[in-house]
Amino acid sequence: MIEIKDLHKSYRMGSNSLHVLKGINFKAEDGELVAIMGSSGSGKSTLLNILGMLDVADSGEYTLDDVPIKDLSETKAAQYRNKFLGFIFQSFNLINYKSALENVALPLYYQKVGRKERQEKALSYLEKVGLKEWATHLPSELSGGQKQRVAIARAMAAEPKVLLADEPTGALDSTTSYEVMDLIQKINDEGNTILVVTHEEDIAHMCKRIVHLKDGVIVEDKKIEQVRAQQYV
Amino acid sequence: MWLFDRDLWTEVFHTLGKNMFRTFLTMLGVIFAMIILILLLGSSNGMSNGFDKVFAGTASNSLFVWGQSTSEPYKGFERGRRIRYKIEDAEILKREIPEIEVLAPRIELGSHRSVVTVYRNGQTSGSSVYGDYPEIDNITKKRLVEGRFLNKTDIEHSKKVCVIGEETYKLLFDKGEEAIGEDIRINGVFFSVVGIYKPNNNINIDGENAVFIPFTTFQKAFNSGDRMGWMAIAVEPNTKVPVVESKIKDILKNKYDIHPDDQRAIGSFDMSEIFNNISAFTNVLKGFSFFVGIFTLLAGVIAISNILLITVKERTKEIGVRRALGATPKVVRRQIVVEAIVLTAFAGLIGFAISVGILAILDSLWGSGEDFPFVKPMVSIPQFVISFILMVGLSLLIGMIPANKAVKVRPIEALREE
Repeated sequence: MIEIKDLHKSYRMGSNSLHVLKGINFKAEDGELVAIMGSSGSGKSTLLNILGMLDVADSGEYTLDDVPIKDLSETKAAQYRNKFLGFIFQSFNLINYKSALENVALPLYYQKVGRKERQEKALSYLEKVGLKEWATHLPSELSGGQKQRVAIARAMAAEPKVLLADEPTGALDSTTSYEVMDLIQKINDEGNTILVVTHEEDIAHMCKRIVHLKDGVIVEDKKIEQVRAQQYV
Repeated sequence: MWLFDRDLWTEVFHTLGKNMFRTFLTMLGVIFAMIILILLLGSSNGMSNGFDKVFAGTASNSLFVWGQSTSEPYKGFERGRRIRYKIEDAEILKREIPEIEVLAPRIELGSHRSVVTVYRNGQTSGSSVYGDYPEIDNITKKRLVEGRFLNKTDIEHSKKVCVIGEETYKLLFDKGEEAIGEDIRINGVFFSVVGIYKPNNNINIDGENAVFIPFTTFQKAFNSGDRMGWMAIAVEPNTKVPVVESKIKDILKNKYDIHPDDQRAIGSFDMSEIFNNISAFTNVLKGFSFFVGIFTLLAGVIAISNILLITVKERTKEIGVRRALGATPKVVRRQIVVEAIVLTAFAGLIGFAISVGILAILDSLWGSGEDFPFVKPMVSIPQFVISFILMVGLSLLIGMIPANKAVKVRPIEALREE
């Protein structure tokens, strides 16, 4: 599903350049649930940004669902993002003046899905995350956990190949975090490929595989026994 | 077609409606600009209409020619010789100068602007008395209140009929008294009244108190022979009045042995000159109004663009999210531009409605044009359409500034956690 080869990325900070990714090789198969771990500055967010086509690598190869991701125009990148990727952010990034339903329907709008179908689809995804009754509520009327569930529904609405979650539980307390992870696990159980960036050990252990990043290189990549979040909920 | 994309409009109205107060404040600039533009245009139209009303009934491409005294000795004649035209001159001029469309000879009882006592049943009026041809009505139209003006039959049969001014009527008749068919007496000759006219508003060549009788009747009744006092001439629409004026003068100077350089012997008045001056004035006024209005509008539209720039800055994160969710640069740009257009168009319409209301009030207060030239102050539909298109065009152009700024938002920067 995802394949990256010898990925390099450096940022220019004034006169000196900061080499953030120093040759990453990584492969994720269909249906995997991968945790990308690392302390701050390890390059995990940069990696996620590149995977999410929000940033461009200096060198290296990136293939997503057998499509080479290279030299994309802004428009093409937007279309690929919409088609291939679903984003889940630490701070949810819901559009605050749109109802939960409208937020979920937004990626479908950019896919030019018809209004009615869009609403129906969005509602079914809201139902999936258990927030059907909250469809007409604004983000400000939702709790943190609910917001993240709306965000997850939004990420899934466009039926992307891969879900990219950047610290999805970073802004949540542990109970809510487990609820969100439970949801992510269930989505993964249905066969969706998910990448979770986190620095929390317990969250990482709820995935099926942990990739450790340190100073821009992968220091460890192991399959683990998944801890089900269900038991903590 | 984006114009019919319901979702785009929902997006736009959602965004604008989210902050009604700020949206309103933004629009204020354009509302005022539109008010100023429309009020200026409407007022200058009112002014222009007012002048039109002043000159209504007077042919613009006309001139008047009369005889004065020579100021140069010529061919043995001394200076100070009085020039008196003959009725045949009218025929000569019409024959020699094809550009003359209408030529109405006139003769006046007594000297110019002098008055003659008109009697009726013991009531009297000091009036100007003119012998006229019906054609004069094509040059200075009489507003008839009652009856008719002189006609061809009157001329052919030298009928003893007359058309009197309202002022004359007031002096000779009691209020409400029927005048048509009644006789009035001038220099011992009786004339039957066939019409009463009201003077034209502000241009008044004949005086308010005047009696018009057929030219041929005048000749017989007052024994004026072949004399002619002056001529009212209308030239063909595409001909310049001064050209015809100098041709007329050349012919008359030649006929009456006037020195070619004598400027005083032939009196003339070019009506078109006044018209041209006035229309130049109103055109400058209109142009100025448009100029001021458009620049005010530009300022208003820039204010909108400014607010949208701020909005874009505020919405950086939102735009980043949209980009991450698959909004292409085109979609982002389009939304901002449409927001600019919608704001401007809506504000423009509000301003238009307000200013049309103000113009309607002005119209009902002073629009009759009695005191000063100000009639029907309104904008024409083409004027409105042009202003509106200009306004929307400007907003489209200026909306591109915030739109491009929005497109430059890089999703990664927008989404960076602080």
